[in-house]
Amino acid sequence: MYAFDIERPASVADAVAALGAEDAQALGGGQTLIPTLKQRLAAPSRLVSLSGVTEMQGVASEAGNIRIGGATTHATVASQVGGTYPALADLAANIGDPAVRNRGTIGGSLANNDPAACYPAAALGSGATIITNKRQIAADDYFQGMFTTALEEGEIITAVSFPVPEKANYQKFVQPASRFALVGVFVAKYSDGVRVAVTGASNEGVHRWSAAEDALSAIFAADAIAGLSVAADDLISDLHGSADYRAHLVKVMTGRAVKAAS
Amino acid sequence: MPKDTGIGAATKRREDVRFLTGRGQYTDDIQTQGECAAVFARSTVANGKIKSIDTSAAAAMPGVLAILTGEDFAEVGGNPAGWLINSRDGTPMHEPKRPVLAHGKVRHVGDAYAAVIAETVQQARDAVEAIEADIEELPAIVDMKDALAADHYVHDEIGTNQCFDWGWIEDNRAATDEAIKNAHHVTTLELVNNRLVPNAMEPRCSIGHYNPGTDEYILHTTSQNPHLTRLLISAFVMGIPENKLTVIAPDVGGGFGSKIYHYGEEALVLAAAKKLGRTVKWTADRTEAFLTDAHGRDHVTKIELAMDEEGNFLAFRTETMANVGAYLSNFSTATPTFLHGTLMAGNYTVPLVYVNVKAVFTNTAPVDAYRGAGRPEATYSLERVIDKAAREIGMDPIELRRKNFVKPDQYPFASAAGLEYDSGNYDALMDQMEKVADKAAFEARRKESEAKGLLRGFGVNAYIEACGIAPSNLVGVLGSRVGLYDAATVRVNATGNLSVMVGAHSHGQGHETVFPQVVGEMLGIDPQSIDIVHGDTSKIPFGMGTYGSRSLAVCGSAVVRATEKIINKAKKIAAHMLEASDADIELKDGVFSVAGTDKSVSFGEVALKAYIPHNFPLEDIEPGLEETAFYDPANFTYPSGAYCCEVEVDPETGKVRVDRMTAVDDFGNVINPMVVTGQVHGGLGQGIGQALVENTTYDENGQLLSASYMDYTMPRADDLPFYIVDHSKGNPCTHNPLGVKGCGEAGAIGSPPTVVNAVIDALQSGGKNVTHIDMPMTPHRVWSAMNNA
Repeated sequence: MYAFDIERPASVADAVAALGAEDAQALGGGQTLIPTLKQRLAAPSRLVSLSGVTEMQGVASEAGNIRIGGATTHATVASQVGGTYPALADLAANIGDPAVRNRGTIGGSLANNDPAACYPAAALGSGATIITNKRQIAADDYFQGMFTTALEEGEIITAVSFPVPEKANYQKFVQPASRFALVGVFVAKYSDGVRVAVTGASNEGVHRWSAAEDALSAIFAADAIAGLSVAADDLISDLHGSADYRAHLVKVMTGRAVKAAS
Repeated sequence: MPKDTGIGAATKRREDVRFLTGRGQYTDDIQTQGECAAVFARSTVANGKIKSIDTSAAAAMPGVLAILTGEDFAEVGGNPAGWLINSRDGTPMHEPKRPVLAHGKVRHVGDAYAAVIAETVQQARDAVEAIEADIEELPAIVDMKDALAADHYVHDEIGTNQCFDWGWIEDNRAATDEAIKNAHHVTTLELVNNRLVPNAMEPRCSIGHYNPGTDEYILHTTSQNPHLTRLLISAFVMGIPENKLTVIAPDVGGGFGSKIYHYGEEALVLAAAKKLGRTVKWTADRTEAFLTDAHGRDHVTKIELAMDEEGNFLAFRTETMANVGAYLSNFSTATPTFLHGTLMAGNYTVPLVYVNVKAVFTNTAPVDAYRGAGRPEATYSLERVIDKAAREIGMDPIELRRKNFVKPDQYPFASAAGLEYDSGNYDALMDQMEKVADKAAFEARRKESEAKGLLRGFGVNAYIEACGIAPSNLVGVLGSRVGLYDAATVRVNATGNLSVMVGAHSHGQGHETVFPQVVGEMLGIDPQSIDIVHGDTSKIPFGMGTYGSRSLAVCGSAVVRATEKIINKAKKIAAHMLEASDADIELKDGVFSVAGTDKSVSFGEVALKAYIPHNFPLEDIEPGLEETAFYDPANFTYPSGAYCCEVEVDPETGKVRVDRMTAVDDFGNVINPMVVTGQVHGGLGQGIGQALVENTTYDENGQLLSASYMDYTMPRADDLPFYIVDHSKGNPCTHNPLGVKGCGEAGAIGSPPTVVNAVIDALQSGGKNVTHIDMPMTPHRVWSAMNNA
């Protein structure tokens, strides 16, 4: 780790101001950034911790939506969202290990947009709205490829708003070492259709599987996707699984998510 | 009625009090006033020519005290291989020098070519980044087959990448070839024994200290064998006289073999300490552990089993390439040879065995003994080919093994691979395994799995291993350059408590609990009044440390011998005190009495008399009560076992779940069944880890792809089932005083083939014609095998 300064603003406004400094970097729960710093793979001169910003904390229900503050930990989501959106709580409860869940935040995860992270699948699969200090961004516009998002320099995710579906489920097939998703599929059924978001599989990061969405919107049953296949072209091939294997798993996990949806 | 103390008691581990309350004292916990920090500059390329190293900018950075490079150690000795292996043609193996710091060439990613000593770790790291090393990258030699065919070399000076080409038993080669040629049935299997990173929880750490006033060095280091480390540094690398070097290995957080060996970092901190007159500490980070700890296994093998019409084994023939990495680590040449080839008769009466091992240099980290060391490789090859053979000839795999087992009336049994097994009963172990694993209900469990859409398989394994390493005379003939005895000093203090100084080193094994159980039982006193001292060459007799499941069988035997001497002397003192003849003195429950009388003195009274020798027969007995014994075993010990495993395979994803794992082992007599069970649990965890998840992967450029826990999978609790562990069917070792065998490695030896056999059984039950999958059987590999079947 290189030396750096740290600031702990108490408000979004102060955080935004602090991030205006040269080489400043926002720090959420630090579950990605801190290991990166320890490896000396990043050298920000100043970290701006968002964990003390109270207006970015907590969970609230509002008219068919659930709003989660950007600095809310996975553990909080796991324990507080279950009654409203059980699939989302279940997803949060299975990210990493207890240490990760008690430090890592939803805003941090979405801002980082790791191609194998769980939360991007939930946000895209739910058609969530990413709320920043500047604007509201639809999930479909927000995710722009591996580690790439619509966020601008210094922009902070203050909250995420999830429309609560009729039923949903997330199936994660873990990469055995990291236990990130080798393939994760989030399926959510809304009155106006079904959304299917896939994480872990693609070189383009989280993405929707539109053929499955169409089939499931017509008939919400695992059999509905039996005739579909997933192209392996843009999928990741690495130590833990080939593109073909990932393509196969996308379909298997989608079917399982449909069966398990509640 | 289980005992609550002494031999056979499941005494709780006393060392756990400090470990579980955060009061362990590991090397990195030691802080010395005025200490400074060493950080290494390590190669980022697998093979490279060092053209220049410019340290001038780094040397000028804040806090930097010294920078050392390979040039500074050019005249210093190399870190040697402990075993000389001769090739089949009689020529000795190639032993290129392994320097303290790379000089001229770097030979694997992580190979250290310079070290910065600075006031703080942070400053040293900064300065390492400022070293300007001009290293010309050369093509990496990674794959063993390519290495043997290559016209460029890891070590240019030897002109080959083959370290040796060993045959065992060479005189049996022609007969084995003939038997295989003429056999009714030959089963052939090609397999990979996957390379593993040991992953001790505590990374390596070394602290060098030098006292210019006395010219004495102290090295605190993470070692399984401080005397061996001292010997290597003194006699081979640095020439420091042994009486001027103390090596201390305090609490050590796991070794699994990787901390047997002397590493260059240890020599470097000593040299730097002398140069600077400061205490110099180096602590590896996890990346360094992945890149530079000696790895394990990494064999590529073809094995053939020849059988007659009835399934009697006629011959095993094995051809193995064993990766030794870029340099010969201390036991690296013994592991694929005498710890592997000599076990290739297994538990069987097979008359012919021939093993050929080619050891190959590659641009990868050194490979050496890792929990089991050669014996897991032997067992894996044997027990996989036997399973395949059973399927080919349509015989039950247990029946085929039983048909060929050495029988209880055949001991001592001379195996076709050159060892003499002293005791065992493999059928009894198999019987017990079938019983405690409830094999009879397997088909019902299989149906339950099928109802869930899962394929259930049953896998079995019978293993034997040679441990209690080792008889010096025998290993000397086989090429060992050291003796493999151990030593103990039993010191009875004046107030009747005891300090027992042992050559073995405990880094998880529980010696501090187990050895006092032995001494306490022999003396009839409370084991809690006995403490074990280990790990400090200035306090303990010269012992060879802990590896090869040797601590109890070898060092424990030395403890017994020293305690016997104590009893003999104490009886003399008691006889004097009781005015009787020594021959009439009996020791029972800590009391010396004159046979047939009510005259007695306690052990404590005798101890006090020994140190306050008033009215003492000084002409016959010396004061004091302290005895040392060295013990060199007559033979290896031969633990054996019958293991079984049940897995469920998800046919949609290839995911394997181990549902049941049963280990029935013959460890001979057991001193502390709880500690033994714990050792088996640990071994099973590592064995299942090897079978299912662990893999070390270098790419074609020699970059370690699995260099962190993001990509190297360690088995976690939820990967493992609750185990059924049984060691009730022991047959005592016939040649050591406790009748003990050795339990530390068994689980890691017995479990990998058991798991693989179970997965193959599961897939076959699902109609998939899969006959082999290489470890680790990751979901992807299993799915691929199913889809290619």
